[in-house]
Amino acid sequence: MPGQNLRAATISVLVENESGVLARVIGLFSGRGYNIDSLTVAPVERDGSKSRITIVTQGTEMVIEQIKAQLDRLVPVYKVLDLSEGPHLSRELALIKVLGTGEKRAEALRLADAFRARVIDATTESFTFELTGATDKLDAFLDLMRPVGLAEVSRTGVAAIARGMKTIG
Amino acid sequence: MDGTIQAAELMNSGAEAILRALKAQGVDTIFGYPGGAVLPLYDAIFQQNEIRHILVRHEQAAVHAAEGYARSTGKVGCVLVTSGPGATNAVTGLVDALMDSIPLVCLTGQVPTHLIGNDAFQEADTTGITRQATKHNYLVKRSEDLVRVIHEAFQVARTGRPGPVLVDLPKDILINPAPYREPSSAPHRSYRPRTEPDPRRIEEAVALLKRSARPVVYAGGGVINAGPEASRLLTEFVRMTGFPCTNTLMGLGSFPASDGQYLGMLGMHGTYEANLAMHGCDVMLNLGARFDDRVTGRLNAFSPGSKKIHADIDPANINKSVAVDVAIVGDALAVLKALIAAWKHEPHVQDRAALAQWWQQIDVWRAKDSLRYTQNRDRGSIIKPQYAVEQLFKATRGRETFVTTEVGQHQMWAAQYFKFEKPNHWMTSGGLGTMGYGLPAAMGVQVAHPDALVIDIAGEASTLMNIQEMGTLAQFRLPVKIFILNNKYMGMVRQWQELLHGSRYSNSYSEALPDFVKLAESFHAVGLRAEKVEDLDRVIAEMLAVDRPVIADICVDEKENVFPMIPSGAPHNEMLLGPEHKGDNRPGVTDAGMALV
Repeated sequence: MPGQNLRAATISVLVENESGVLARVIGLFSGRGYNIDSLTVAPVERDGSKSRITIVTQGTEMVIEQIKAQLDRLVPVYKVLDLSEGPHLSRELALIKVLGTGEKRAEALRLADAFRARVIDATTESFTFELTGATDKLDAFLDLMRPVGLAEVSRTGVAAIARGMKTIG
Repeated sequence: MDGTIQAAELMNSGAEAILRALKAQGVDTIFGYPGGAVLPLYDAIFQQNEIRHILVRHEQAAVHAAEGYARSTGKVGCVLVTSGPGATNAVTGLVDALMDSIPLVCLTGQVPTHLIGNDAFQEADTTGITRQATKHNYLVKRSEDLVRVIHEAFQVARTGRPGPVLVDLPKDILINPAPYREPSSAPHRSYRPRTEPDPRRIEEAVALLKRSARPVVYAGGGVINAGPEASRLLTEFVRMTGFPCTNTLMGLGSFPASDGQYLGMLGMHGTYEANLAMHGCDVMLNLGARFDDRVTGRLNAFSPGSKKIHADIDPANINKSVAVDVAIVGDALAVLKALIAAWKHEPHVQDRAALAQWWQQIDVWRAKDSLRYTQNRDRGSIIKPQYAVEQLFKATRGRETFVTTEVGQHQMWAAQYFKFEKPNHWMTSGGLGTMGYGLPAAMGVQVAHPDALVIDIAGEASTLMNIQEMGTLAQFRLPVKIFILNNKYMGMVRQWQELLHGSRYSNSYSEALPDFVKLAESFHAVGLRAEKVEDLDRVIAEMLAVDRPVIADICVDEKENVFPMIPSGAPHNEMLLGPEHKGDNRPGVTDAGMALV
């Protein structure tokens, strides 16, 4: 039997931007017991007619192939692209609120600077940072913020695209 | 909008536009039940004569009837129900059609658009509820989308892997004027199912098949769905190759049961020879079947030594549960055409001696006669259910006969002992296993084939689940024959309790059964009963002679079990055989198997 090992997959799905399409995709995952580690969606055409869904999931090779085939048979799906089959770029954005005063506050700012996180809001007792990067970079930054007053996080989930000339269309 | 699209004609109401679209899609019959939200459509139906409406007694039955209509004609079945409970009652039928790949369009009423989300009277989130119960569904919110959606629903239902499509219709959309356009021939924006197989995969398949020593063809419902020509080509291919052929429950009739190369049905209650051929083959050709758990038994012991070729119109069926060596995505008709052409073209000469040896082995398995049973013919003897089906089959030979079933033991006996020569004559709930399917499905078949003989081979428990449809049979003079193998038990439940749960018959006895003869009579039908073996042939003859609906209550052996049986969790070569085969190896059920269904 091929592929009993789990692997992560980043799958981009180009869909008709109609009501219920996200529910179809999510229902497929919950109904068939597939994982969703991250899911993002937004319109990508100027006229708003198509949306792009990016799903990060994991499973055996057979399950990943199933997920792609099941997505592809949904009526409003134009294209399914498994980005993890080739070189690709993944980015996520996080808004991170840190509360504190004194040395902890200063340390938070120094760490943010090292990670190239931008300060987008501040009070005398708080910072709100904006950080963009791969998921593991965001995870590492959040680990560092915990001891210096991490209070709240909002993450977008992963957006991804293939490297080079390759496109989904 | 694209200027090349033909001009629209404004119809007085959405309801009229829908009926015109249905006619353009070839609909001649709707199975339905009215209610507040769909009254405008019923009013439009009242004012025309081209589309016939069959009034059922419960919305689930409307869907099963449309399934029977679709499966026996190859056309798209059409259902019309109201909002709320009308739609929720239809859900079982929709899932049934989804599992068995039956093309349907189900129109549901909905509260007016301005009330959606207000918990209005008879409001349900129908598209939300049926999203996973349909191939696709739509909620029409704008009159200008209405006709396009109706046309598209039929296209989606009938193409690719067929399935049920639901269109939810708010009442204001039915009332307001709507533009009408003829169906467009332009391809769908995003939905483009692949039907033509990749020629390289066909060559690989033929290369494997030509070099096989122990081949088997395993054909399923996909061949039936591809139309009668696909079944004809399957027969041609099997005969030209000399291969043995087995059918799934859904595929019965795709290959003639009387043919010498037919091994019978395979799977949990398949024949000894079919299952052992699957287990022992070196090359397996799966045409339009999906390696269902009822077919494979224990997956890691399924046909361990074979190269597997799988042709399916749905790529999601390939490598889902069984990893295959050659994957062919395509419609069964196109695949069979390509296989036949490639077989003739491929220069390698088949090893006929090896094939002959394989047939010798198969004949040894066949000689086991795994469907053997003993019927005591002495007066006063109890009727064996297998005998009842065999006698029914004999009595109907030579007539155009369609058979539907409910779900359970009687369904398996029908599959084992009623022999089908042609596709589209066998309608059974395979994937979902819906008790109560057979009577309404038979109704739909009879509507489509008014002069044919339509028999629902039933169990007494299942048939009670939609018994209200006796009223529909009477109203529309549909002479369906309901042939109940009455063993006073939910027989398959009882069988599993006997084999797996220490004969503790928890809640499987059919307590307080009605008198089916009187029940038939109260519904203006004919009621007959056979209590002993000497009654059987007379009752069958009377049933077949009457041009009215009949319930034939056949009292059969209460303790009879369906054999052969591959217990859950067991591989094909560990089948249980019936009491006729005492002394044969009868392995038990494993703990792991107990947890399976």
